[in-house]
Amino acid sequence: MRVLRAGALSLRWEPRAAVVCGVLAAAAIGAAVLVVGSGEFPISPPDVVRAVLGQGDRATGFIVTALRLPRAVTGLLAGLALGLSGAIFQSISRNPLGSPDLIGFTTGSATGALLQILVFGGGAAAITAGSVAGAVLTALAVYLVAYRRGGGVHGVRLVLIGVAAAAMLEALNSYLITRADLREAYEAAFWLTGSLNGRDWDQAVPLALALAVLLPAALLLARPLGMGELGDDAAQALGVPVQRTRALFIAAGVGLAAAATAAAGPVPFVALAAPQLARRLTRRPGPQLLPAALTGAALLACGDLISLHLPVAVPVGVVTGVLGGVYLAWLLSTTGRKGTT
Amino acid sequence: MTRLRAEDLTLAYEKRVVAERLGVQIPDGSFTVIVGPNACGKSTLLRALARLLRPREGTVYLDGDPIGALAPKRLARRLGLLPQSPLTPEGITVGDLVARGRYPHQSLLRQWSREDEAAVTEAMEAVGVTGLADRVVDELSGGQRQRVRLALVLAQRTGILLLDEPTTYLDIAHQIEVLDLCARLHEEGRTLVAVLHDLNHACRYATHLIAMRGGEVLAEGPPAEIVTAELVERVFGLPCRVIADPETATPLIVPAGRRRTLTAENL
Repeated sequence: MRVLRAGALSLRWEPRAAVVCGVLAAAAIGAAVLVVGSGEFPISPPDVVRAVLGQGDRATGFIVTALRLPRAVTGLLAGLALGLSGAIFQSISRNPLGSPDLIGFTTGSATGALLQILVFGGGAAAITAGSVAGAVLTALAVYLVAYRRGGGVHGVRLVLIGVAAAAMLEALNSYLITRADLREAYEAAFWLTGSLNGRDWDQAVPLALALAVLLPAALLLARPLGMGELGDDAAQALGVPVQRTRALFIAAGVGLAAAATAAAGPVPFVALAAPQLARRLTRRPGPQLLPAALTGAALLACGDLISLHLPVAVPVGVVTGVLGGVYLAWLLSTTGRKGTT
Repeated sequence: MTRLRAEDLTLAYEKRVVAERLGVQIPDGSFTVIVGPNACGKSTLLRALARLLRPREGTVYLDGDPIGALAPKRLARRLGLLPQSPLTPEGITVGDLVARGRYPHQSLLRQWSREDEAAVTEAMEAVGVTGLADRVVDELSGGQRQRVRLALVLAQRTGILLLDEPTTYLDIAHQIEVLDLCARLHEEGRTLVAVLHDLNHACRYATHLIAMRGGEVLAEGPPAEIVTAELVERVFGLPCRVIADPETATPLIVPAGRRRTLTAENL
């Protein structure tokens, strides 16, 4: 830990965490540049950067800014949002499994989107609205069921009720797909795996706006969030308004997960894995919000890059799903071992 | 005048009322210990004193102010609490954990002042964990962990400390170690309020004893003045004898024997 002091002002920073953040940001942006350069008409990384900066020839400029950049930007932003949302929920639930994709929020988001695709036949904007509404309604229902008068919401209850909600919504999602005709079912199934194909600025801009508000807000409130990990009583005795902090962060985390799902579909495992990876990389306890967000961006950008270079067309959700599955197995086997010794 | 007092408290969880019209005064500079049988409301009273439980009726006053009206950090700068089973964030080091005790003194622009640093160093020295600063808390023994917990509350630098069963889960040697440490903190001028299970420990360490049963205070005062066999029977329903502790001359409770009693034959 290093401290900067000037008069009554004192700021803390962690050199290791700062280096980790720098490396992660570089990796995420590097992968995004390679994503933009990939395709039937390959573009070298320097030409990509030139085109983004508005230099270079017009044909390349058009391919980069109009066709490919929205996909790469959506991937980066969705990764940031999912990583941050995962870190928030894992801290609140004090449980590495308490990520929004396991406790029903992204499943509910998918239900909202599926209803738009299959029942109401809505367009892109309606699907976005549906998926946000689905996430928010699911979160509200889970929060209210988990809420106890006088005691507020406890982490483990939130996870258990969230898992139950996820299972029910999963069943509903499957049912909706079996009811659909072939073409719609394909569209829905494709959306459900999480994909960045064919993203344009319509998806990237609302997500960017959500992040512009929620990321700085979350970083400013990170300290009371981390104090919650001492237990409700201890945190409250140290002057943390525990229930208010928790309610604000649940709202922010749901907003982030919903915005990311609306833009990229329910990309699995990024929200689960990113905070745990960030914690191991920075070797710091606590929520590590910024490193988790940047890890999410790097994971999703790298996953997208891999999916583009596989011999068969595979949506990014399949890649992160495979990576995440391997990671989860590793996580469970190592924590299991630690528990027995 | 007492800094911390409660008047006319009605304490309840959801539907179950634990205590009605309860009043206590914590003498300044005392080591007050609250004792009583399970579910007598002693921990609930401590939670109300720390504002972890909002009383259904009545008020807790700190320095004359109703604590319900104090801003959270302001309260936390005057009153510290060691909860019964606090959690430890995964992988946190002793130094980092103790540093969290400075939270009520910090803000966004005042994240780590020289005073914070001094308070943490001093707190770790006071409980003898300075050498453990870089160790991960999960790897410590139960007694060491409880000392680290105490350091966290000490770093808060409050004049009043509330301790909810600080010796639970510890073996006898570590119980005494923690209580000796509490006695020293009291001698240094702090007001301590602890809930303890062991009546003999309470008699040995308390300067002021509050005996509760069924949400009521049955007796309070210095242990030597109030603890009698009759009181113990009334509070715990336990027939016993009270003798002088051979070490400290404080009251020592000896439960009545049922299976083997002292008779002329087995003497």
